[in-house]
Amino acid sequence: MTALVAQRAGKRYGRTWALRDCTLAIPSGRVVALVGPNGAGKSTLLNLAVGLTEPTAGCIRVLDDVRPGTQPALDRIAFVAQDTPLYANLSVADTLRLVASLSRGWDEANARNRLSQLDIPLRRRVGKLSGGQHAQVALAVALARHPELLILDEPVARLDPLARHDFMAALMTAVADEGLSVLLSSHVVAELEKVCDYLVVLSRGQVQVAGDVDELLAGHRVLTGPSSELDAVVQQHDVVHAQTAERQARLLVRMTRPVPTPLGWRLDETNLEELVLSYLRAPQASALPGPSIEAVSA
Amino acid sequence: MEIDKQGGAAIVFRLDPASGVPPYQQLVRQVEDALRLGYLTPGDQLPKVKDVVAALAINPNTVLKAYRELEHKGLAAGRPGQGTFVEGRLDVVPLRDLHALRRKLVKWLADADAAGLDDESISALISSARHETQSSKRLSAS
Repeated sequence: MTALVAQRAGKRYGRTWALRDCTLAIPSGRVVALVGPNGAGKSTLLNLAVGLTEPTAGCIRVLDDVRPGTQPALDRIAFVAQDTPLYANLSVADTLRLVASLSRGWDEANARNRLSQLDIPLRRRVGKLSGGQHAQVALAVALARHPELLILDEPVARLDPLARHDFMAALMTAVADEGLSVLLSSHVVAELEKVCDYLVVLSRGQVQVAGDVDELLAGHRVLTGPSSELDAVVQQHDVVHAQTAERQARLLVRMTRPVPTPLGWRLDETNLEELVLSYLRAPQASALPGPSIEAVSA
Repeated sequence: MEIDKQGGAAIVFRLDPASGVPPYQQLVRQVEDALRLGYLTPGDQLPKVKDVVAALAINPNTVLKAYRELEHKGLAAGRPGQGTFVEGRLDVVPLRDLHALRRKLVKWLADADAAGLDDESISALISSARHETQSSKRLSAS
């Protein structure tokens, strides 16, 4: 079961490739973080997955083998776009009525229940809601269609810390209840560690890192030691990124094979933010799953 | 003062993003600490996955992973349709072993004093040595 598969997918706008040679196989039932700097191609990839735009090269499939933008895909996917656009002049109740008549599989009770738990008044105009309430209405509308895959573009970028927490709590509760797959983009890496179990890092239009978060963290370590021995250590280890000062050097290394810690060096575990930043600072490095065992034995 | 009452659960989890400890391990340690301190005893129900997810805004798989780890350690057991319950007790180190360890430590501290180490140096040395034994233990476990 896969939530999203991309095979050498690319999207070109004029002469610029917003996304190049993107190959991914994201398992279903996961909460996937898509991270990268602005302009890395995050929104392009999400728009391709939703079917808002077509790839210039390669192909993208969602929910096993469904082509984005087709009726079966639209019925099973929900999308919350950047800044959660809703009609400001409609009341919350009218917003629900609008979506109900535009979509199949609408669960009115689910949406009303969700909003009443959050004390969001149905008669209030959307334009009068707080930022957090606004985002919660967009989420409730998306979830009330019981999607198998929910795609969100920078859902919490503009929310204050409390609204951010409440939004993520609502999203994670839905994951616990319904087991849906979630693909969300963000450039705030620090808070993703709690939420995501699968990571995709995009950089300059290309996939740089893709994999299970626990496996990625288990597969990397931080080495700290004297700068004078840097060259020898770099030769022995698969170094992603090195920070060096006059006397001390700190390296993020990939533990692709068992290597002894050099004498006098300190080996530490890493965290998601450090891992992501190290890769983004070393655009030539990548951590992608090799050919799967099935593919090799087939 | 506002008090958030979290259901009928015995303990309240918290996550420290700055600790550098993976979230699931933080949950495991908090259950172990609660067992040591008597907040949890065998038969108690651990907080429901959905309640932890809603309170901390974390991935449900993280909570499930922590509970699986506790089951693996023999400290908890899942009951189908009900939840996860505390089962075992943490091994308490026998007093005799503690005394023996303490004697060795006192001897070591006397040596450190004789060598001219101050309290800060001793703490730094212990924490660095502790780090070394822990990371080699972790690496051999993984």
